[in-house]
Amino acid sequence: MSTHFQEDEILGKAYDARLMRRLLRYLRPYRRAVTASIVLLLLAAAADLAGPYFVKVAIDHYIQVRDMGGVAVLSALYLGTVIVGAAVRYWQNYITQIVGQQVMYELRMEVFTHLQRLAVAFFAGNPVGRLMTRITNDVDTLYEMVTSGVVTVFGDVFLLVGVVAAMVWLDWRLALVAFSVVPALVALTSWFQARSRESYRAIRIRIARINAYLNENLMGMSIVQLFNRERANAARFDDLNRDHLTAHLEAVWSFALFYPAVGFLGAVATALLIWYGGGQVVQHAVTLGVLIAFIQYTERFFRPIQDLAEKYNILQAAMASSERIFRVLDEPVTVEDPSDPAPLPRVRGQIEFRNVWFAYPAIEPAGREDAGPPGEARSAPGRGEPPVPAGTDGWVLRGVSFAIRPGESVAFVGHTGAGKTSIINLITRFYDPQRGQVLVDGVDIRRYAQRDLRRHIGLVLQDVFLFSGTVASNIRLGNREISDDEIRRAAQFVNAHRFIEELPDRYATSVVERGATLSSGQRQLIAFARAISHNPEILLVLDEATSSVDTETELLIQEALQNVLRGRTSIIIAHRLSTIQNVDRILVLHKGRIVEEGTHRELLARGGIYTKLYQLQYRDQELRQTADMSGDRATDARSE
Amino acid sequence: MSPRLRSYLRRHARSYAIGLLLGTASAVLLMLGPHVLRLAVDAIAAGASPFFLLRYAGALIGLNLAVWILRYYMRMHILGISRVIEYEIRNDYFAHLQRMHVGFFQHTRIGDLMTRAVSDLSTVQRFIGPGIMHFTSTVVMAVIAVGFMLTIDLTLTLYMLVILPLVSLTFVVLGPLIHGQYESVQEQFSVISAHAQENFSGIRVIKAFAQEPHEAEAFAAHNREYIRRNLAVIKTEGALWPLMSFFLGLAAVVLLWQGGQAVIAGRITLGQFVQFIGYLGQLSWPMVALGWVVNLMQRGLASMKRLDEIFLQHPRIVDAPDAQPLPAPRGEIEFRGLGFSYNGVPVLAGVDLRVPAGTTLAIVGPTGSGKTTLVSLIPRLFESTTGSVLVDGLDVRRYRMTDLRRCIGMVPQDTFMFSAPLSENIAYGLEAPEPDPVRVREAAELAHLAVDVAGFPNGYDTMVGERGVTLSGGQKQRAAIARAIARDPRILILDDALSSVDTSTEEEILRELRAISGTRTTIIISHRISTVRHADQIVVLDKGRIVQRGTHDTLLGAGGLYADLYQKQLLEEELEAADLDAPV
Repeated sequence: MSTHFQEDEILGKAYDARLMRRLLRYLRPYRRAVTASIVLLLLAAAADLAGPYFVKVAIDHYIQVRDMGGVAVLSALYLGTVIVGAAVRYWQNYITQIVGQQVMYELRMEVFTHLQRLAVAFFAGNPVGRLMTRITNDVDTLYEMVTSGVVTVFGDVFLLVGVVAAMVWLDWRLALVAFSVVPALVALTSWFQARSRESYRAIRIRIARINAYLNENLMGMSIVQLFNRERANAARFDDLNRDHLTAHLEAVWSFALFYPAVGFLGAVATALLIWYGGGQVVQHAVTLGVLIAFIQYTERFFRPIQDLAEKYNILQAAMASSERIFRVLDEPVTVEDPSDPAPLPRVRGQIEFRNVWFAYPAIEPAGREDAGPPGEARSAPGRGEPPVPAGTDGWVLRGVSFAIRPGESVAFVGHTGAGKTSIINLITRFYDPQRGQVLVDGVDIRRYAQRDLRRHIGLVLQDVFLFSGTVASNIRLGNREISDDEIRRAAQFVNAHRFIEELPDRYATSVVERGATLSSGQRQLIAFARAISHNPEILLVLDEATSSVDTETELLIQEALQNVLRGRTSIIIAHRLSTIQNVDRILVLHKGRIVEEGTHRELLARGGIYTKLYQLQYRDQELRQTADMSGDRATDARSE
Repeated sequence: MSPRLRSYLRRHARSYAIGLLLGTASAVLLMLGPHVLRLAVDAIAAGASPFFLLRYAGALIGLNLAVWILRYYMRMHILGISRVIEYEIRNDYFAHLQRMHVGFFQHTRIGDLMTRAVSDLSTVQRFIGPGIMHFTSTVVMAVIAVGFMLTIDLTLTLYMLVILPLVSLTFVVLGPLIHGQYESVQEQFSVISAHAQENFSGIRVIKAFAQEPHEAEAFAAHNREYIRRNLAVIKTEGALWPLMSFFLGLAAVVLLWQGGQAVIAGRITLGQFVQFIGYLGQLSWPMVALGWVVNLMQRGLASMKRLDEIFLQHPRIVDAPDAQPLPAPRGEIEFRGLGFSYNGVPVLAGVDLRVPAGTTLAIVGPTGSGKTTLVSLIPRLFESTTGSVLVDGLDVRRYRMTDLRRCIGMVPQDTFMFSAPLSENIAYGLEAPEPDPVRVREAAELAHLAVDVAGFPNGYDTMVGERGVTLSGGQKQRAAIARAIARDPRILILDDALSSVDTSTEEEILRELRAISGTRTTIIISHRISTVRHADQIVVLDKGRIVQRGTHDTLLGAGGLYADLYQKQLLEEELEAADLDAPV
């Protein structure tokens, strides 16, 4: 809620031909429904106009000649018109809304699927709240514009044209008399429109300021209170609040002047009709029925003009929303699939980095108002290499080369910021390197389709992300080919089966609040089960030795890790001593380079950076192991 | 009705009374219009001269001119006052929130508090403004119209009395139904939002497991359900206006049929027939609006209830009735048998500690050991569960809160800056209308921020905070330090306040702070040994208890957590210094 207040602050123009054309494209498949809706709208307007005409006919042809039966027949006809009018209105609304719903659905799906194709870097640069606003509120605002805004504008225009036509047709001289107030009405309305647009804008800006101020001060309330700012802030808030009040009072003033004034102009028109038209009636130039119909038409003439003045704001908001939506849709896909991807039915699991240089791209938020028109300022990265961020001091990997044999398990160790996570980000193609190549089975991974590549990779991330659903659905994810039995076996394999069986609904236990009811160790085990049930040839693990995991679960996790590594090409960003003791090879990253490699023992013997890292990160665990555990299971596992 | 809302309304009772009186008068005049029309039509039917008709035309214009003026003032009064009340409630709401204890903001969502201040309040305004105005004017108009109608013809009046309320009733009946359906739509909308949020937050997992198509499919299913629920609303809500217009049309048909026959039968004149049509025209919009207005009032009351929920929460940390001033604090701090629990979970227990005035205390300990909580108890951001905190020998709860907080300069972990010029942020605690440039500059120099400021586009006038320039982590921390020392506090609390500042700058800042401190009491929380080593007293917190205390040298000798921390720090420094071009 609170994140998008400021974004809505600025509103642009109410009509933008470029945006409108693009929006209309979504209506094209529904041409027939739209046409039907317009026809029904015309009919509804006609039904609206029938009333005064019936009164005219009744007075002129039946009442004045005392024809009781005629009045009854006419009334029956009128009743028919009223019923048809109501039915037409209902269907017109129904059709319009259905089309609106469909378009909204398509737009929302388009935004969603486009976002699915965007690179991880995009999500790193755009807060989740903002993207959600695009897909929820902005789409709804558009829907409202189409269904209530545009359609009623059409309805009002039809009604207006109809009234004018009917009046001119009945008696053009009386029509001229009635229209004599139109210049005043138009002048009044355009004055009002200009004023209300201005006050609408002023009110929006001021309420946004109140919002921003509230948001900031509620968030920083402890600072406010620590620094005794309550009184000063109350005064500042009063200023903002008073500004807002002033803007509203100005709006109240123009509304107070405008609405009764329109009523007054209507009365003037009626008065003119009585004076001039009455004379005409007396001279038998016009019938009394026509005069009375005119008085009624004059009333109906005023409403659509007032309505039209109010539609401006809806249009304005909708234009702003569509602009923001399109900006997201225009966001280029930076990590692209090749046009003729190399097939990848089976993977042996050989991974190679060849002189890889990598820096995280500069974050550029999309879909923001201040980001300039879409597609203009942004340099479209071509099919070549992603742009190197200015000032190459941001290098996270500096010429990294290594090769991993199929089935080999390798651990990466290094201090914070050494570039370990980037290795995983590159193999999964969450990012592309600026220089060098990443190869799987001897082929540059940019030649594979991303989904093909990732199908063969199992990823276990440090903070395990659980989706709402059940335990089983979190293991299976969307992959229906994985049977319940396979889920169970995967869970057993990684030691997760036992605790899952103890949950209230076992595998069908629902996961709420991102798995807040599960311990971090249990979440980790589920993540292992998830990775292993998809039976990947390559496994990437970011493991974490959480202090909050109890000793027993810790043992289960260590065992599970050893199980999943066996016989699989694995890369582990290791935080567990037991892991680094069990992998085939350890690569030591330091400041973006590989500085040492070997087994745990070899590296320790060397007394280099690894030794220091070991003392810093792992020695405590060794102490804890010898202190806390009986050691039996740990040594068992190690001797395998 | 909420007593609070009633008291606001009572305060402006005069304006409301005037507004409603004006509204009543205008309704009466407005309803005279059809009467004039009738006279005119009858005169025309009798063959009156245009000159004679001029008096009716004039009367109509005169009446409506009066209506215009009356309605203008009515709107200015009622709508204007409703805006003033909105303003008053919002100010009171903010003032109330500022009095609430910090803990309140931890278990209340800021977004929710803001929704109440903005959208709920505007719903209340629509109730006390347009709601009350339209309701009274509709009722008055209907009563007067019925009165006039009765003088003309009883049967016709009865017909109208039966049919016209159906217009308002349509909304009263369908309204709640639509409301229910709408809630189910909103629920589904939340499902869509939640799915989108989950997807965007878990995008790595989704991509890693090639789940994009499945996600799109699930999202599409949610959206189809959304359409399905919307359809129910469309069906019901879509009937609203057609039904209303049907009833209005029905009234017109009956009027034509029965009225026409009454004219033919000679029961009423043609003019009276037209007068009836006139009333129908005047009443149709208010009748349509009435149902909407009733709904407006219900929603307004519901929103006021939500506002009251906040207003009725009392601040837990307030001044005692006999609160004492603290004009010349020395700065001695003592924790006595202190314990603190959060939601029943003990955070601190049995803390006994004395910090003599003018000395420096350093607190180290792992994350979650209660360090921040401990120092938050000094300025009473929280209140201890057991035991007490004393400043200058007196329980902090006995002091006036403003006095107590004035003598404390605190640099919290989260260095929050406000959207304001840098100078205002630094002078934030000076309680002066304008930032004093000399003090701002001195504080910035001391916090080693002045060098950075020189590079800013507008120097000290540079906007910072959410919508200003983005300060680096280190700059933010130094700005927060400047903000704290600008107050020249007797007690300075640095809660992990130098973690993003490089070690050499940190040491300079600390050295200068020590040099000018003199009688200042300083509490430093840090993970860096370099920060705490010079402190007069160092305590190690673990799981809410003091597990070690002493000086740097004694603690190093004693082994344990502190010595361990020191070892690691040395290793980190060595790693940091390790040669990049070490042989591979």
